[in-house]
Amino acid sequence: MIEGILIGLKTALSFQNLMMVMIGCFAGTIIGMLPGLGPMTAIALMIPITYGFEPATGLILMAGVYYGAVFGGSTSSILINAPGVPGTVATSFDGYPMAQQGKAGKALAIAAYSSFAGGTISAIFLLIAAPSLSKVSLSFRSPDYFGLMILGLTAVAAFSSKGNFLKAMMMCVLGLMLASVGQDTLSDIPRFTFNTMNLSDGISFVLVVMATFAMSEALTIIIKGNDPAKAAKQISLTDLGSIKVNKEETKQMAATIPRSSILGFIIGVLPGAGATIASFLAYGMERNFVKSEEKEKFGKGSVQGLSAPETANNAACSGSFVPLLTLGIPGSGTTAVMLGALLGFGIQPGPRLYETNPDIFWSVIMSMYIGMVVLLILNLPLIPYIARILAVPRTFLIPMILFFSVTGIYLMSFNNFDIFLMIGIAVVATILRLYDFPMPPLILAFVLGGLMEENLRRSLLISDGSWSFLWDRPLTICIMITILLIVIWQIYNSYKSIKK
Amino acid sequence: MKINSVKIISLLFFVLSVFYLYTAHQIQVFAFDEGAPFNAKTFPIYLGYAGMFFSGLKIVLPDQKPIEVDSTYLEFKKTILLVLTMIIYGATILKVGFFLSTSLFLVLSYYFLGERRWKYIIIFSFPFVAIFMYLLHGVLAVYLRDPLLKYIGIMG
Repeated sequence: MIEGILIGLKTALSFQNLMMVMIGCFAGTIIGMLPGLGPMTAIALMIPITYGFEPATGLILMAGVYYGAVFGGSTSSILINAPGVPGTVATSFDGYPMAQQGKAGKALAIAAYSSFAGGTISAIFLLIAAPSLSKVSLSFRSPDYFGLMILGLTAVAAFSSKGNFLKAMMMCVLGLMLASVGQDTLSDIPRFTFNTMNLSDGISFVLVVMATFAMSEALTIIIKGNDPAKAAKQISLTDLGSIKVNKEETKQMAATIPRSSILGFIIGVLPGAGATIASFLAYGMERNFVKSEEKEKFGKGSVQGLSAPETANNAACSGSFVPLLTLGIPGSGTTAVMLGALLGFGIQPGPRLYETNPDIFWSVIMSMYIGMVVLLILNLPLIPYIARILAVPRTFLIPMILFFSVTGIYLMSFNNFDIFLMIGIAVVATILRLYDFPMPPLILAFVLGGLMEENLRRSLLISDGSWSFLWDRPLTICIMITILLIVIWQIYNSYKSIKK
Repeated sequence: MKINSVKIISLLFFVLSVFYLYTAHQIQVFAFDEGAPFNAKTFPIYLGYAGMFFSGLKIVLPDQKPIEVDSTYLEFKKTILLVLTMIIYGATILKVGFFLSTSLFLVLSYYFLGERRWKYIIIFSFPFVAIFMYLLHGVLAVYLRDPLLKYIGIMG
């Protein structure tokens, strides 16, 4: 493991990669800060650029963007009460009241220190957990992978969109349907191409991500008439106050950070749970842990109320890399986007990645940590300046997002058809968003579609067409029972809420 | 059963799934693959059924959290104008070239979204695109097709 860490450090600390982490963190912070745009959009916008680099460099850039965007989301939560991502909603509960009290700088500093500490602790967990899990997962067979992929999709549908299980499952199926367009990987038989050459290679992953996130998010902002610039006027973005944290506050944070980190990491590892659930759970848990007089301060600017969700969401971000790097199965929408990018580089994440591409495996882990250090030493002092971006009017912001989306696809294919297809998918995605159909399950399913079909193919061929492979091995049975429990739990919850 | 927009979307999804399933059955597989436990149409057929199942449930079951979007607050005009601008941009980017079509797309988009400060509109369109193109084409050596600039002799 030490050798691996050194390989990772060597790759991550090369001048080019170090620059990429810095640029990624900076760009991610800016994009993540803009209300409505989260890490998935930030990463999606970066994918066309990363294809020009070595795989390790491209992934390091994306990891930097990811952390930057999460940090940026916290900034907009604290300053304008408009969380850039669901994972930072809980941050606004105490961050925004603190900013209203004239302590915006302090709130941002607490968020940054908590994120850093949560990220550090979870990076250590990741260092320990990832190689061990890689070794264990070598014993996984096709039926187990097929089961795990269904589990991932079901869990994302169940947890990422509370109360919208059926809608999320519909989005999963839509994602799988889109993934099935193009030539069959084994027989080269065209499927759903409608005799169009443009569809014979299938629909590009970048196209779907850009359409369902960057473009449809921009269109949703316009159609809903939300003006981030109007909201930005609520708190002065030029005078954020001191960023110093006193002894008492440090003591409070020291108590909160370890427990929120552990909780966040565990939640992050679970497929589908991710940063949003981690931050809410950490907030609720912290409220139960503190003394009754501190409990009263929750929702009114409590240091622990701000520190807990911030620690947990960053810890969950690291945790979500565990299933991606070790099993090749993303546990969240963001890691699904990263998986798509990895596949674009010709790298198949999974237990073998640890052996076949140790430089990539370890450099991604190490650069995630370096990214957090960069965020702390570079972004925190620059926050007063970066925050002014929140005042950029949407009249300029939206066309820029659309421009980057169209350009991204244009540079990849030089084909009008792809641009029109992207616009079409974006329009449909915008309508679906208006009615609360979640997009992360669609992306996750789109990325997993090919792998899922491949593993089902192998499983069915091995068992000679019988579905008994689902209960032949104890591991597969455990996975299938977990899926059943999630589905039954969701149906029970729906029944309960309808009855109310 | 109360009909609302979500139910209509679910119904459309159901129809899409039926069409998908029908198309999946039409996939021509090799003769020796017809009776195989798995062929090119197996997975799509299961997907078609899954789509029908979930959308069917959504249509039949009562809504847990009914959502109605108040259309009076939606900015349809701006959105449609922007989508049309994007379509025109997509249609012209290869023929007219990256520089002119992108710059005009940005100018029109800023204008349609209500921006009237022409100084900023100009700065964030033509010069912005020129810098972007220089970075991409000149610095990063990413190929950008622009017949117009090539004709004038600016781009190689």
